[in-house]
Amino acid sequence: MKIKQISVFIENKTGRLHDVAKVLSDNKINIRALSLAETSDFGVLRMIVDKPDEAVKVIKTNNFTVKITEVVAVEVPDKIGGLAGVLKIVDSASINIEYMYAFVEKKHENAILIFRFDKLGDVLETLKKKGLKILTEKEVLSL
Amino acid sequence: MIWNKKDETLPSDELKKLQSKRLQTLVKRVYENVPFYKKKMDELKVKPSDIKSIKDISKLPFTTKDDMRDTYPLGLLAMDKKNIVEIHTSSGTTGKPVVDAYTQNDIDLWSEVMARTLSMGGVTKNDIVQNAYGYGLFTGGLGVHYGARRIGAMVIPISGGNSVRQLTVMKDFKSTTLACTPSYCLYLAEVAKDEGFDLKKMNLKVGYFGAEPWSESMRKEIEAKLYLKAIDIYGLTEIIGPGVASECDKQDGLHIYEDHFYPEIINPTTGEVLKDGEKGELVITTLTKEGTPILRYRTRDITYLMPKLCSCGRTARKMHRLLGRTDDMLIIRGVNVFPSQIEQVLLKVEGIEPHYLLIVDRKSQLDYLEVNVEMNDKIFSDEIKKLEKIEKKIEHELHSALGVHTRVKLVEPKSIQRSEGKAKRIIDKRQI
Repeated sequence: MKIKQISVFIENKTGRLHDVAKVLSDNKINIRALSLAETSDFGVLRMIVDKPDEAVKVIKTNNFTVKITEVVAVEVPDKIGGLAGVLKIVDSASINIEYMYAFVEKKHENAILIFRFDKLGDVLETLKKKGLKILTEKEVLSL
Repeated sequence: MIWNKKDETLPSDELKKLQSKRLQTLVKRVYENVPFYKKKMDELKVKPSDIKSIKDISKLPFTTKDDMRDTYPLGLLAMDKKNIVEIHTSSGTTGKPVVDAYTQNDIDLWSEVMARTLSMGGVTKNDIVQNAYGYGLFTGGLGVHYGARRIGAMVIPISGGNSVRQLTVMKDFKSTTLACTPSYCLYLAEVAKDEGFDLKKMNLKVGYFGAEPWSESMRKEIEAKLYLKAIDIYGLTEIIGPGVASECDKQDGLHIYEDHFYPEIINPTTGEVLKDGEKGELVITTLTKEGTPILRYRTRDITYLMPKLCSCGRTARKMHRLLGRTDDMLIIRGVNVFPSQIEQVLLKVEGIEPHYLLIVDRKSQLDYLEVNVEMNDKIFSDEIKKLEKIEKKIEHELHSALGVHTRVKLVEPKSIQRSEGKAKRIIDKRQI
């Protein structure tokens, strides 16, 4: 139920984000979701892609630093209070979020929340017990 | 104003005679009392009796910074330790520090040459000297202090830093003279502006700036912003501290106090002595120092001796302001930094690649060193805070090793230029 996210180190310089996107596009890799976190010097580009292992390979050959991280995808209805409801459950279980980002899924009017928790452990079980819908990698990639 | 009219205006033949006599005495003393020099001279098959005049100085061995480190702490003492009254050392950032051991006569000599230095810019006993050079093992603070005391001026031993207090003291005590590094002086001007001090209404008339390279344009800026006459001074721990050479009020080249410190310019590759006017490495011999006298110290500073006598009346030769270094040493806020030291620190931090680039610049008038370090798979994390922690950790390690704050910036792998020959490690953007 954990899914693979790839993270790429990019310097805050003109064109570097485009360079990564182009590498993926040239290799026919589709980006499903992404977020960019940055400081004044550098950024970390985090992406869910359809072929993560292949993506790592091609990004690496283009001299970028890249790694795979396990994240959790939670599906919620795309309506008011969707995120707040999930966060309430996460908070009440005292789970710490390292970072998160979201995207809206077109077909079913749902939102997908991608979470990076600091310790995965039994987080998934806890969240499932509380009634959250955790997506599998296959489900995420087939959206 | 000339502090010591007799010694500073000696006709050149008399100066040569004095230098010859002093060199003979010096060589005899170090040969008999410093095993290090006896060995060096024996290797070159030079006996003290071979030194008959100052011209024979080129027969003598050089002393290098490595020699001085190898003999740490007191291997270069030329007399019993009981005669030493004070010790100063360099910061030791590049290895073992260099030691300067002073007898009472050496402190008197230091006071004398610093009194000459301060007099060159017009300081008299009526002046108030705000001494913002660091006090302590560093020679700057006490060197200026002794010189000002010798003149009988009033000294404010404020040491470095604490800028608002510097300005308050400057205003309240009506300091007429400022001594600090040139970059700190410009920083003070900025703080004054921010904090609402009117420098025009201060009483400063002259400033003595050294310990880092600076230029004519920086002088103009300092003089315009602080409303004082800016004097370039030169010295080094290996020789005595400040007080080896200084500009007179002509502000054109630095008079070397060559009755005490004999200058030569050599070709840094061959060691051959060059003529006045030819550019090369400055080499200095301490003609009169007692505690740790030094033969032909290779300063690694590049300059030339100015052939013409100065119109101020002093007969000591002048050297041009420093033109560079023979090594890759950087001077950051008065602290000597070698790229190799930075490399050593980086190699000790786990997971860091030995590829780095140093970018030196001047921001808000202060030297600023940015260290670019390449990212790699080992240290990369998808969490920004972990990456920032790595930067902070390296910054901390560099600060402990160098004594200078740096800014560490992580850059993409293989983004730092590789070279087949000597790696390009430094980009110096400072306009000096």
